Amino acid sequence: MKRSGLITTKIGMTRLYDDGGVAHPVTVLSVGDCTVIGNRTQEKNGYVANILGMREAKAKHVAKPQAVAAEKAGVKPYRKVVEFRVSDDCVIPAGTALSASHFVAGQFVDVQATSKGKGFQGAMKRHNFGGKEASHGVLKAHRSIGGTGMREWPGRVLKGKKMAGQMGNETVTVQNLKVFGTDEAENLIFVEGAVPGANGTFVLVVDAVKKEQKDLPVPTKAAAAAVESGTEQVTEATETETVAE
Amino acid sequence: MSIIKKIEAAQVAKLKGDKKIPAFKSGDTVKVHVKIKDGDKFRIQVFEGVVIARDGGEGNNASFTVRRESYGVGVERKFPLYSPAIEKIEKVRTGKVRRAKLFFLRGLSGKKARIVEDLSANAAEKKDNK
Repeated sequence: MKRSGLITTKIGMTRLYDDGGVAHPVTVLSVGDCTVIGNRTQEKNGYVANILGMREAKAKHVAKPQAVAAEKAGVKPYRKVVEFRVSDDCVIPAGTALSASHFVAGQFVDVQATSKGKGFQGAMKRHNFGGKEASHGVLKAHRSIGGTGMREWPGRVLKGKKMAGQMGNETVTVQNLKVFGTDEAENLIFVEGAVPGANGTFVLVVDAVKKEQKDLPVPTKAAAAAVESGTEQVTEATETETVAE
Repeated sequence: MSIIKKIEAAQVAKLKGDKKIPAFKSGDTVKVHVKIKDGDKFRIQVFEGVVIARDGGEGNNASFTVRRESYGVGVERKFPLYSPAIEKIEKVRTGKVRRAKLFFLRGLSGKKARIVEDLSANAAEKKDNK
């Protein structure tokens, strides 16, 4: 079983107390208007996935191919669109609004986001190099990287040598963060520990791949409710959109 | 209100409940009743000392540091103000001090580490209580 993930935005960090009175550092993630906007199928695409969108976009911010695709699928255009590969039993129908209840307290998740950009940094900051001594004859090279290779053989610097360069602003995944809880009214997920990126960054949250987990809602809690109430939800949503225009 | 502030305000309201936290500041002597887990049961331990710092502002992150001398050794404990582990905070004595952080007490002991009692404040408080 492989469930869909969610697109969230990072709100910030705070501290919350559990029932035992112990304070936990938590990162608050907002699920917002994360919605399923389509599916990939074995027959048509050769793999199975849910396509999720988050943060509704104004028409002027959407490129024409995406705008047309959204119109064809009968959904609104979104700023952030991500595919999550899922197993057959975890396909969620398009139009389903996802909620924080997709995750349950106590389970483990992996989070992925773009880290804060640090710019072009030296090897001491970027790779924790030691630098050179402050005295004993070192001249203007206190933070340099030192030697980069061997002798006449191989006569070149090996590929992948750690040097100064761009640091941060890259995709970072943090595995096995515990879900402290969820706030269904505000559609928030509380994850224990730090999440990469600045506040406001899009964060992808999926079930932890390296933990076995039980009792998770399949395919998602919101989907079960949507199936009961039929497709009414979807049509309602599109109606309100036309009114707004 | 930002979402974080909302969460923290709700958390403070929940933790505070009907607990009464007295107004106290640096220099005051307080008794902190701390819940300590002892096997399956909880028992209360009282930590009495001088408040040498209040940190973290007003909200969820507010904390205070209490210092006492125990068998000639200085002991400091820092508590989150709204920690569920705190059963009760009692103010014993109002101190007359001129600064917010009394870290200089760490270098002093015995008679030098005394803090003058603010009798005027005590009198005013007693009046309020009556």
